[in-house]
Amino acid sequence: MTALDLVFDVVLATVMPVLVWRILASKDLASSVVLFVALGLVSALAWARLHAPDIALVEAAVGAGLTGALLMNALSWIGAEAGVTEPVSRATRVGVGILVTAVGVGLAVAVIHLTQPVGLAHEVDARLADAHVDYPVTAVLLSFRGYDTLLEIAVLVTAALGARLYAPGSVPGGDDPLSPHPRVLARVLTPIVVLVAGYLLWRGASAPGGAFQAAAVLAGGGILLVLARVLRPPRMSSIAVRAALVAGLAWFIAVAALPLATGAQLLEYPSASAKQLIISIEVALTLSISIVLLMFFPGEPAPGEAARHPEDRW
Amino acid sequence: MHEVRMGITVVLLISVVAGLARITRGPTLADRMLVAQLFCTTAVAVLLLLAADPGAEALRDVALVFTLLAPTVVITFARYRAPTGAGP
Amino acid sequence: MTVIDVVATALWVVGAVFFFAGTVGLLRFPDVYTRLHALTKPDNVGLGFIVSGLAIQSSELAVALKVIAVWVLLLVVNAVSCQVIARATWNRGIRPWSRR
Repeated sequence: MTALDLVFDVVLATVMPVLVWRILASKDLASSVVLFVALGLVSALAWARLHAPDIALVEAAVGAGLTGALLMNALSWIGAEAGVTEPVSRATRVGVGILVTAVGVGLAVAVIHLTQPVGLAHEVDARLADAHVDYPVTAVLLSFRGYDTLLEIAVLVTAALGARLYAPGSVPGGDDPLSPHPRVLARVLTPIVVLVAGYLLWRGASAPGGAFQAAAVLAGGGILLVLARVLRPPRMSSIAVRAALVAGLAWFIAVAALPLATGAQLLEYPSASAKQLIISIEVALTLSISIVLLMFFPGEPAPGEAARHPEDRW
Repeated sequence: MHEVRMGITVVLLISVVAGLARITRGPTLADRMLVAQLFCTTAVAVLLLLAADPGAEALRDVALVFTLLAPTVVITFARYRAPTGAGP
Repeated sequence: MTVIDVVATALWVVGAVFFFAGTVGLLRFPDVYTRLHALTKPDNVGLGFIVSGLAIQSSELAVALKVIAVWVLLLVVNAVSCQVIARATWNRGIRPWSRR
C-alpha cells in the first residue's frame, strides 16, 4: 500500500463522516437527500477500495440510484419543510455527545486490537468445486447458504406487499413539462439497461454480479420508464405483476424442495444439473426482485393531491 | 503507473470535496442536484482509474451501473414539485 | 516508463485539470445556468481524457472499448440530465443572472 493509497483512503474516510453530519444537520430535507446520494457514491468508492466489488455494485445501484430516487420522490409527497424539528436541550446534546464518543473510542480500540481478520474465505475456496459455480460470492449465496437467500426473497416479497398497501399509485395528468427529454432518455437507455442487467446476471457465475445487482439495474430502468410516463407504477391488481412477484420465490422453493423427492436434503442440487439450476434460479430471482424494487416507487403525485397532510390519506 | 493513477484519483477526490460547499451554499435545489451530478461523473472517473489495477476489473461494471442509474435521481428531482401547491 | 506511459500520464493530468476547472466553475459562477455549463462540459471532457489515457494503456482491446463505451454513455446521460435540470429550474421561475 503506497503513500498515495493511504492519502486516498484518508480523504474518503474523512469525507464520509462529514457528509453524514451534514445530512443530519441540514434543515432542508432536499439538501439532505442530495447529500445522501453523494454519501451512497462515496460509500461505493469505499467498498471498491476494500476489495468488495459486489457490494460496491449494489451500493451504486441501490444506495445511490434507487434510494436517492425514492427519497427525492418522497419529498414530492410530503414536502421539504417536514424536516424542521424543535431544538434539543443542551444537556441532552452533551449527554448524547459523550455516549457517542465513548462508543466510537471503544470501537476504535477494539478494531485496533484485532489480531488477524478471521474469515471463511479459505474454507469457501477449498470447497468451491462442490458449489458448481466459479465465484465464491455466488457459491455462498446460492449453494452454501442458499437457505438464507430463500428466506430473504420471501422477506422481499412481503416488503413489496407492504409497499403496495400504502402507496397511492396515482397517475399524473396533463402535459409533461419536461418533455421530450425523459422519453428520449428512456428510449436510449432501456435497451442498454436490459443488456447490462443480462450481462451482470450472466457474470454472476464467475465475477461480481448476479441476481440482485441485475435486478437493481432493471429496477432503475423501470423507474426511468415510470418517470418518462411510458409505464405506470406496477399495481397489485394486475395478474402479471403478481405472477412476476411470486415467480422467483416459487421457483426457488420448487428447486429447493425437488431433492426431497429423491431422498436428498433440501437445497441439495443434483450435481449433474446444478449449474443450470442455479442459473435458472438467478433468472427467476432477477425478475421478482426487480418488480419488488420497482413497486416501492409510487410515481408522481397528482396535482393538488399531495397538498394535504400525509395522515389524511389513511 | 499505479502511483500515477492514485495521484490522479486523489486530485479528483479533492475537487469533489471542494464541490461539497455548493450543497450548503447553493440557493436553489438545482444547485444541489448539480453537485450530485459532479459526484457521479467524478466517481465514474475514479472507478475507471481504480479498475486499471490487476484484479479490480469488476469496478468497470460498477462505473457502468453508476452511469445507468444517475438519470433516475436527476429526473425524479426534476419532477419534484413543492406540494404546498404554491409555486410554479 | 515507456512512451505510452508518458502519454497516458499526460492525458490523465489534462483530464484532472479539466475536472478541477469544472469544480472551480461550480463554486464561482453566479447562477444555476452558468454552473450547469461549468459542470457538464469540463467534467465530461476531463473524463474523455482520462478514458483515452486508460484506453491506450490497456492491454486488451475489449477493455479499451469498454471504458470508451462507459464514457459515451455518460456523455448521453449527462447531456440529457443537464437539459432536464435547466428546464426544471426554468419552469420553477428562476431566470438567468445578468450583469446589472
